[in-house]
Amino acid sequence: MSDFWILLTGALVASCCGILGVFLVLRKMAMIGDAISHSVMPGIVIAFLLSGSRDSMLMMFAALAFGLLTTFLIQMFQNSGIQADASIGVVFTSLFAVGVVLVSLYARQVHLDQDAILYGEIAYVHWNIWTLGGVNMGPKAVWLLGFTLLVIVAVISVFYKQFKLCAFDSALAAAIGIPVALFHYLLMGLVSMATVSSFESVGAILVVGLLIIPASTAYLLTDRLGVMIVLSVAVGVASTFIGYGAAVMLDASIAGCMVCAASVLFIVAFLFSPSQGIVIKKLRLRQLA
Amino acid sequence: MDKIWSMLTDPNMQWIFLGCTLLGLSSGVIGCFSYLRKQSLMGDTLAHAALPGICIAFMLTGIKSIGLFLVGAGLAGVVATFGIGYITRHSKLKQDAAMGIVLSGFFGLGIVLLTLIQHGDYGNQAGLDKFLFGQAASMIGSDVITMSIVCLALITICTLLFKQFKIISFDPGFARGIGYPVALLEQLLMLLMVVAVVAGIQAVGVVLVAALLITPAVSARYWTDRLSLMVVLSGLFGALSGGIGTLISASVSNLPTGPVTVLAATLLFFVSILFGPQRGLLAKRIARKQVKLRYSREMEHRIHDSKKKEAAL
Amino acid sequence: MSLTNTVKTRNIEAAAPLTISGLSVAYQKKPVLRNVTFKVNEGELVGVIGPNGAGKSTLMKAALGLIPSIGGEVLVYGKPYKQQRKMIGYVPQRESVDWDFPTNALDVVLMGRYGHLGWFRRPGAKDKAMALECLNKVGMADFAGRQISQLSGGQQQRVFLARALAQDAKLYFMDEPFAGVDAATEKAIITLLQELKLQGKTVIVVHHDLATVQDYFDTVLLLNVELQAFGPTAETFTQEQLQRTYGGRLAFLDRSMQPPSSIGGKGV
Repeated sequence: MSDFWILLTGALVASCCGILGVFLVLRKMAMIGDAISHSVMPGIVIAFLLSGSRDSMLMMFAALAFGLLTTFLIQMFQNSGIQADASIGVVFTSLFAVGVVLVSLYARQVHLDQDAILYGEIAYVHWNIWTLGGVNMGPKAVWLLGFTLLVIVAVISVFYKQFKLCAFDSALAAAIGIPVALFHYLLMGLVSMATVSSFESVGAILVVGLLIIPASTAYLLTDRLGVMIVLSVAVGVASTFIGYGAAVMLDASIAGCMVCAASVLFIVAFLFSPSQGIVIKKLRLRQLA
Repeated sequence: MDKIWSMLTDPNMQWIFLGCTLLGLSSGVIGCFSYLRKQSLMGDTLAHAALPGICIAFMLTGIKSIGLFLVGAGLAGVVATFGIGYITRHSKLKQDAAMGIVLSGFFGLGIVLLTLIQHGDYGNQAGLDKFLFGQAASMIGSDVITMSIVCLALITICTLLFKQFKIISFDPGFARGIGYPVALLEQLLMLLMVVAVVAGIQAVGVVLVAALLITPAVSARYWTDRLSLMVVLSGLFGALSGGIGTLISASVSNLPTGPVTVLAATLLFFVSILFGPQRGLLAKRIARKQVKLRYSREMEHRIHDSKKKEAAL
Repeated sequence: MSLTNTVKTRNIEAAAPLTISGLSVAYQKKPVLRNVTFKVNEGELVGVIGPNGAGKSTLMKAALGLIPSIGGEVLVYGKPYKQQRKMIGYVPQRESVDWDFPTNALDVVLMGRYGHLGWFRRPGAKDKAMALECLNKVGMADFAGRQISQLSGGQQQRVFLARALAQDAKLYFMDEPFAGVDAATEKAIITLLQELKLQGKTVIVVHHDLATVQDYFDTVLLLNVELQAFGPTAETFTQEQLQRTYGGRLAFLDRSMQPPSSIGGKGV
């Protein structure tokens, strides 16, 4: 039974991250996604401290606040002349440091420790305990993820053309009158929501793997945006399934195995993608010669 | 306060304090060059990639020595940089995605290996996960000495090759033109970054060591336009952060060194942003007012002049 | 000036496609554009000329509100540009876009319709038909389904132009449309510009090639941080004005064998 919950959770995480990851990769903002997944952490901890329990809505709200704050700070530093990559680096490391300090000082109140931040509590604790606490925790994480996925699908489909144009040609988007900044913050807000929803299962740091790697894999497999989104979700879900299987066999971190599985799928696509795979391209050259 | 003082007189603590200060110093120095070459986040990638390297080194030898870890992490770092370059050159993926893939992929592998070690039968594996967030206070004497030597070597190389590093950061094409072995120097710089990252992991942890490379350099940028001064300041800020971080984290139980050091560096960053001459917020506000004043005066002059011309006609 | 004169002037000015007064842009302390004032009339085909760093692209971007200005006013048909976006078409520089994006030529042209669709509507059959028509006008109808990374530089530029046509604007801004294109594309662009002019549209083009200015544009704007000259090409595009704009960087002008009051096109 717990297998089913874990797989469902994984699939939901992969779906949320897969959709958003496509836009991050296309906008060349993969590292901002990385930054946000780190910097929502203090928000989560503060929410825990304030509510004394795991009130999901408060956590969501706090994560959103910190995600938007991160986006704002990065933008502000960039506008004041600091390079993009340095802006990202300064913001996420300092916010993450705040989070770690809070966790270290108030670990007992928060029922969190440093390892949980990294790869989620589910993986840190053994299977048995997952099953026992599973009936209480599983569904909650599933509900949160389900809600997040719904919001993501809704927002992206309603504003599909805006997100597409902002990613492709933000200069034209601005000239037409589309509020590019608004959609930027909207996207990063969704990333924050996805991170916090995935927090309990995959942890803050590994969520970035599921954000970027399946989307990049899909990028190598297709030339159409719609297909890319679908493939990104599919690859992500496959990664979580394969990863979980590997984790059970090896008795290792589930989240880590999921990301490793995603990496393996990426390498396979990199080499063998029918349109762009390295090996395929070499074979074609040889056929011509 | 007394606690801090008693710590400082403890010879073991003195070594650790010195080591972390040196670490901050060398990271700050190297960080300047990576900032100028727009490779700030490369340090983050290298740090995440180092984790599997360290784990594999431990799994293969069963020994917990920083020298060995340096080798493991270094090799992993080299593979990582190669991977990023390969992905960018042979596919339509851009550098940010390539870095993200390598960073999270390697880190995921590292976490898997870490949990395998923890669940496995490796003897003295306790403390390996200290690499994640750093625990300077638990560093062994010999490790501290190794780290200090490494950092001193780093600083020496940067001082000796300052001219070369400066020019390949600014204008590699020109450097090639005057005959510098640019590729070699770039690899050397990358190697020094790997060394700084690996040395820093023990004190500050994998996740946050990138901050030591980025934040002091960015802070220094706000105070000067000259590279030599920037390097010195960056080293100074790094050293300060390292020292303060170690002191505070050692005096509070259960507080890892990494985040405190990063917060110290961030504090210096905020001070620099506000008060840096020319680039600081305060200075810019004053300058903007001056420019606007100048323009409005110019406009007034022109209107005045054109009115005069009309009157004359 | 009498009152009636003032009112008449205002009415004439209100109808002008583009009225810019006192536009200034500064980057930190350095002025990039200083106090630029000019008025473009309907149907004019304006070439914006100047040396590198003169602020040509900046002028365009500031007029569209894409970068902040420190002073000045931009009126499109008498109203602030923000209210008139539907009347403006924009062709940015080709490098500003990632050509690896997963989309095809038709889709790119369709994006030009987004300004007319508002927040929630999707492009419909009419929009698609119009997009195909625009592709046809630039000779790219056969490439409608082609992935854009597979297009040559000139073809990409033509797709960009088709997109601008799809915007169905009255005033067009084009940033270096002729940069790095092949002869066929250049011809296609010129034909298009002429057609737009015939339809009564106004086009402002940032251009870099002095040799072709006289053939392409009926009005020129010479820019070097400040407005150096603005007016009909025949009168404004003179050796003297160019010398002033380029500040002596055009050494070849002295060696030219052309009549002293204007610069010839192909002979230089």
